[in-house]
Amino acid sequence: MAHQKEVIVVGGGLSGLSATMSLASQGYHVKLISVTKVKRSHSVCAQGGINAAMNLHQENDSPLIHAYDTIKGGDFLADQPPVLEMCLAAPHIIEMMERFGCPFNRTIDGRLDFRRFGGTLYHRTAFCGASTGQQLLYALDEQVRRFESVGRVEKFESHEFVRLILDSEGKACGIVVMDIATLQLFALKASAVVVATGGIGMLFKKSTNSTFCTGAANGRLYQQGMLYANGEFIQIHPTAIPGIDKMRLMSESARGEGGRIWVYGDSSKQITAPDGRVIPCGKTGEPWYFLEELYPAFGNLIPRDIGAREILRIYEMGLGIDGEAAVYLDVTHLPEHKKEKLRAILEIYQKFTQEDPTKVPMKIFPAMHYSMGGAWVDWPAADAPDRCTRYRQMTSLKGCFSIGEADFQYHGANRLGANALLACIFSGLVTGKEISRYIDSLSPSAHSSPSRVFEEAIAQEECFKRDLFARSGSENIYQLYDEMASQMFLHVTAKRNNTDLAATLQKLQTLKERYLHINIKDRSSLANQTYILANQFRPMLALAMVITKSALLRNESRGSHYKPEFPARDDQTWLKTTLAAHQPHDDPSISYTSVDMRHLTPFERDYTKAQKVTPHLENIPDKIELPFS
Amino acid sequence: MTQFFMKIFRGDSSHQFWETFALDLIPYANVIAYLMIIQRSPINVHGRAVDPISWESGCLEEVCGSCSMLINGVPRQGCSALVDHILAETGSNTIQIAPLSKFPLIRDLLVDRTRMFEDLKRVHAWIETDEQLSQMHSQTTVSQETQQLLYALSKCMTCGCCLEACPQVNHRSKFIGPAAIAQARLFDANPLGGNIKAQRIRSLMEEGGVSDCGHSQNCVRVCPKELPLTDSIAALSRATTRQALRDIFKLPDSP
Repeated sequence: MAHQKEVIVVGGGLSGLSATMSLASQGYHVKLISVTKVKRSHSVCAQGGINAAMNLHQENDSPLIHAYDTIKGGDFLADQPPVLEMCLAAPHIIEMMERFGCPFNRTIDGRLDFRRFGGTLYHRTAFCGASTGQQLLYALDEQVRRFESVGRVEKFESHEFVRLILDSEGKACGIVVMDIATLQLFALKASAVVVATGGIGMLFKKSTNSTFCTGAANGRLYQQGMLYANGEFIQIHPTAIPGIDKMRLMSESARGEGGRIWVYGDSSKQITAPDGRVIPCGKTGEPWYFLEELYPAFGNLIPRDIGAREILRIYEMGLGIDGEAAVYLDVTHLPEHKKEKLRAILEIYQKFTQEDPTKVPMKIFPAMHYSMGGAWVDWPAADAPDRCTRYRQMTSLKGCFSIGEADFQYHGANRLGANALLACIFSGLVTGKEISRYIDSLSPSAHSSPSRVFEEAIAQEECFKRDLFARSGSENIYQLYDEMASQMFLHVTAKRNNTDLAATLQKLQTLKERYLHINIKDRSSLANQTYILANQFRPMLALAMVITKSALLRNESRGSHYKPEFPARDDQTWLKTTLAAHQPHDDPSISYTSVDMRHLTPFERDYTKAQKVTPHLENIPDKIELPFS
Repeated sequence: MTQFFMKIFRGDSSHQFWETFALDLIPYANVIAYLMIIQRSPINVHGRAVDPISWESGCLEEVCGSCSMLINGVPRQGCSALVDHILAETGSNTIQIAPLSKFPLIRDLLVDRTRMFEDLKRVHAWIETDEQLSQMHSQTTVSQETQQLLYALSKCMTCGCCLEACPQVNHRSKFIGPAAIAQARLFDANPLGGNIKAQRIRSLMEEGGVSDCGHSQNCVRVCPKELPLTDSIAALSRATTRQALRDIFKLPDSP
């Protein structure tokens, strides 16, 4: 019965470590797979903070208002029960992380300090300087290392997930992994598999993501039949430092601490504000704080989708700095103690541009940042009659769970800043609980799939590997990758139109053809990074198609998905979740499912007025069990 | 466009050699950006097509610790090494890139830093809590000074630069190196980390522990996150002396 207690977690970022810790503390033996040392996962890049309505600023904040802001910020596309439960759990998550030693910033009297973030009027964001993701990740990394030291966690670092193994009943029973240093393939067995492989930034040319964020794992699962939801919702972060190798994030916390965005004004030009006012573009030759004028209530802290679009609008009007793709983000006026809180990110700016942002305004521009879409996962509400027979965070593949950025939940059509770290830890903890229930429900025979199942899965991957190395055309995989990522960046980010989306879909089809004619010139099996990319490219293309086709079909504008041809949100037709299913020889098959809106009826998202409302959320279950033991 | 030369020490453990690439200089481009350019079509300075360079990188923002390498002989992160600035500083048209030398080589610039993570286990670099997540200390207060120390120590990204620069870390020595010692101090300094303090300190009283430090101070000079490494070694050195005395007199472990 020993291996009845085995669980595989793929991905060692914040959500993967959260799930691993939860499972190990319940006595499971966890095999943790990661393409890098888990401590280097992309969560380290999250800068600004983690939201929790602890109301330590005495603003009458509450988890219900947090849920309200999150649902509204997501333009009503998020299923509401998981959002509510996450926001209720948030204060406990902060306390748990505090207990693990996470060095949150403190007020003068030693209590937790909170800053303001986008899309809310409350001080709700706990933080560790400007490297909160790094500090949260390290705290969980340390707890997982503690379990590793007593043998409850076994790490397979520098290993890549390449295939999910399903038993005769279609339940996950293991995975095939590849050792990145040797390209060797082997199988690992388990009673359940958690996928926590994060985002898909590498699909886009100008992304803030780490090089690990290829999306290949989700692409592979999708090709194996997993449903992928809301792929078209891609967050563009308003403020990143342009670079040729990547766009480096400049956190929303810079604005949360009082940073202001501006360009030089031009009074000969006019702009229409969201409330209908037509105003001049500032005074010629003087700083024009356009977000503050367009959105007097939220100013520089409007949600990310709106901020990114307004910066692009200003640039397209010819008002970028020297006409170029850049606007100023200015923290030079901030007092020293505020600059100190931002030190980590200001140092990044200085290191990569050789300019001192405490003296000269930073030059920034929007960049692809986050995928709201991801694996479709189940979520029976706390009072749903079938809560006990369904499993939260389980994908459409039985026994395979998905968490963190890899899943589609919590953020709807647009994620609020500092909600991602929260969603990662929360979904990991929930999955720990759900897997325990799931494994208890399995019959004893389910834990012993015949070895044939595993051998066949390895054989399929070996076969594909031989095929890739045998291709002898003239195409260069790096060239194909560049073309895909450039195309996605140009046409499937902040502003979309159906002509270009259709052309992109066509282009992706062509790339799929050309991919058959690549030539991997490096023949070595030692850390062969050309082969590794070639092996990832097929699932990456598959996801690129899902994103593009989902965007093509959705003829409205909602959250991050913006089509000037269809500038309004259309709840009548499009208030529904997109589901993509793989078809081996055709475009993705797209269908839709309804959004669970039991707590809050949709209304128009308006950020032009400051309205600290006390929201009324309906149908809140009497008892909601939070995922803590 | 100005050209420059990137001279890379590459190969595997059986054979390492220098290979030079000629590249166009791009303002503000870093070492990793050039490795990416080489990778697309790797042709060396003699016009010969060669295998692309293998290396490790992640965030490219100097927070993940992946891309440590020797750049003109100095251990640092490749992503924050801006080539035009380095060339201007050195007055040379060549930059030299090599893998870290204190860790087992995998291929080209790729090394295996697993030992650093094993060392974190040895010093019990974590807060020992009971498993009841529900028993939260909700009202813990921490002074701003303590938080600043914890945050400064907790920024260590296990990149290995300090071990590379330390003369006492070499294949003949068992010295654990500065990184793990600083992490021991981090958890000793945490108000919640005291319950296994003695265990942590004893782990650094063994062979290869804190007394093997040779005080060259190289570690603080190369740490990209400016950790107070030598202060930490000094603090742990005092702590081990106190612990040794306590152990001689068989005093109970202080909380």
